[in-house]
Amino acid sequence: MRIAILTDIHANREAFAAVLADVDQRKVQQIVLLGDIVGYGPDPEWCCARAMQLAGAGALVVQGNHDAAVAKPDTSMNITARRAMDWTRPRLSPGQVAFLSGLPMTHRIGDLLFVHASANDPQDWIYVTSAQRAMPSFRVCQDRVIFCGHVHVPRLISCDINNRVAEQPIPMGNPVPLIRSRRWLAVVGAVGQPRDGRPQAGYAVMDTVRNELSFMRVPYDTATTVAKLRAAGLPESLAMRLQSGA
Amino acid sequence: MRTRPQTGMEIDGFTLGEKLHEGGFATIWDVTHALYRTPLVMKVPKIMDGDDGPTIVGFEVEQMILPRLTGVHVPRVVGVGDFTAMPYIVTERIPGDSMLKLFLDAPSPLSEVIELGARMAAAVHDLHRQHVIHLDLKPENFLQRPTGEMVLVDYGLSRHDQIPDLLAEEFTIPMGTFPYIAPEQYLRSRIDPRSDIFALGAMLYQLATGKYPFGKPEKLRGVKKRLWRDPVPPRALVPDLPEWLQEIILRALEVDPARRYQTAAQMMFDLTHPTQVKLTDRAAKLQQDGFGTVFRRWRKMRRVKGFAAPASVQSQISRAPIMLVAVDLSHEMERLADQLRLNVQRMLVTEPDMRVACVNVIKTHRMAIDNVLDDEGNHMHVSRLVGLKHWAEGIDLGEDRLTYTVLENTDPAAAIIDYARHNHVDHILMGARGHSTTRRYLGSVSSQVVAESHCSVTVIRLRETEDSAAA
Repeated sequence: MRIAILTDIHANREAFAAVLADVDQRKVQQIVLLGDIVGYGPDPEWCCARAMQLAGAGALVVQGNHDAAVAKPDTSMNITARRAMDWTRPRLSPGQVAFLSGLPMTHRIGDLLFVHASANDPQDWIYVTSAQRAMPSFRVCQDRVIFCGHVHVPRLISCDINNRVAEQPIPMGNPVPLIRSRRWLAVVGAVGQPRDGRPQAGYAVMDTVRNELSFMRVPYDTATTVAKLRAAGLPESLAMRLQSGA
Repeated sequence: MRTRPQTGMEIDGFTLGEKLHEGGFATIWDVTHALYRTPLVMKVPKIMDGDDGPTIVGFEVEQMILPRLTGVHVPRVVGVGDFTAMPYIVTERIPGDSMLKLFLDAPSPLSEVIELGARMAAAVHDLHRQHVIHLDLKPENFLQRPTGEMVLVDYGLSRHDQIPDLLAEEFTIPMGTFPYIAPEQYLRSRIDPRSDIFALGAMLYQLATGKYPFGKPEKLRGVKKRLWRDPVPPRALVPDLPEWLQEIILRALEVDPARRYQTAAQMMFDLTHPTQVKLTDRAAKLQQDGFGTVFRRWRKMRRVKGFAAPASVQSQISRAPIMLVAVDLSHEMERLADQLRLNVQRMLVTEPDMRVACVNVIKTHRMAIDNVLDDEGNHMHVSRLVGLKHWAEGIDLGEDRLTYTVLENTDPAAAIIDYARHNHVDHILMGARGHSTTRRYLGSVSSQVVAESHCSVTVIRLRETEDSAAA
């Protein structure tokens, strides 16, 4: 089975649509959304509606911190995120708010675990920004591959039979064999707000038969999204971020 | 900690037969499986209890790389097992022994050295094309199919340039087999496909002379010496070894990768075209360099940290392509031939390591006995060769990267396509004659080459002038 894993869509309609169009070309049987469907971006209604539609068609969706913050304000969020959230909240329908706040924290398919931030204490929204920070995720579960988002920077970390963790370079666009002698944690890059220096939308495809993971990048029309952000009066830093991907 | 392999054991549907081989790091077993008729072997790493890092990582590297490889030069993988029960890799069984015995009986007859060397280089080039550098080439790792193709085994030290290198992060000591390891591998490089060229050179040296070019060092310190100490020239050991073969061997054994063959295909090309090998000082050498030269080299090399390496295996191969230029020497095609030469010169600007094989085809007749002499009584083959060389004047390719071949065939397109395939040609450059109704119906040589070649083909056509189009 081929699984497309999308995360951190952040109300970026153009990026979300571009990635879904790319997914369509890749013979994918299952879609998993790792949360943060809304927040930051100018199109929360459309993105949320599209996610609900995908969920209705069998996609698995887990909750991200921005999704949770729609119903329950999160005081730990930075000022930009909070301003964007205050802008987002009144735009969502009651049905959409119920969908976002009712999402589960994790999903599993076979020996794959899907979570927004980290496998350990997922509700604490911990950032996996290094191999060391992935260690607790490996400790708390038995799953062979853990997929998470939240950081907006793609990362691949392995844990060998002696429980040594190591970050592996990501060959963008080329499949990495996730050999079974190790356990793996993949931080999938953001669809709607990449922060690794490339503005293209990120996602990943896991092929469970070949046991290979591919990190993908898809170009999209950033200019349109940026124009919408500015028209909506959202913080300018969000627009700059989409243009630079950093 | 885990299950140990033994005869009769069953795992994931595989039944272990007899133990075929026991090496330092792994055992090899004959196995059967209800779903497979072909003979299979299982490789099981010898993992001692506790922390056995190198063996484990080597096994993981092989598990990552081997299943991605395809083609006749690699064993086909049918199953892999992780550490939960017993780690293993099952592949098709290649019958017969490795090349080891043959190498122990070296020196081999000249014809065998050349023929084996070419087949070994072909296998290595196929691997490089698939983004993999073997990094542990030695006679034990070459098996042979009944059809003659060499099969490369043991990818425990290999590097795939598109997947994470598990070995790079774990160990800082140089890895490889001491008699064959390249100088840059000693300096910890794991990204240069030309390291495999060096190992090929060391093996050819051994096969031709019966000796290791750098002895058989026991310690790492002994390996370092090859950075400044040149091997005894093969012709000093085997006086009747031809100069061109010494040229090939010593070129492959150059310390700086930039001075070696740039691809295995280029090395194979020389092995299969001995008369066209350009001889340099390497060919004539009959003794090792003198004390002064070696001392100067030692002063320079002992502090060397590394050599310039390519960005990837792929970039190295595409930087040093083999291009076939099919030249039509007939009088009316002169302007087209000039255009072809201009194009070659232009391509050399962007790909300076390119090798150019100039080819001309004599079309023979199926039935009649061909007259090998032309109207003036000149030998046709020779006169074409002279013509080709004349055409190539002005192509500035130093040393040895320009060759001339005249082929004879009833079907010129087929001759070009075959030659390109056998010589791992990356790119064919040829001219097309102008448009004409006859050509459209009978088909042209260039269109057949474009349709049937395995590599890129660029077709050059002269822009039709007003009056020639009207004619």
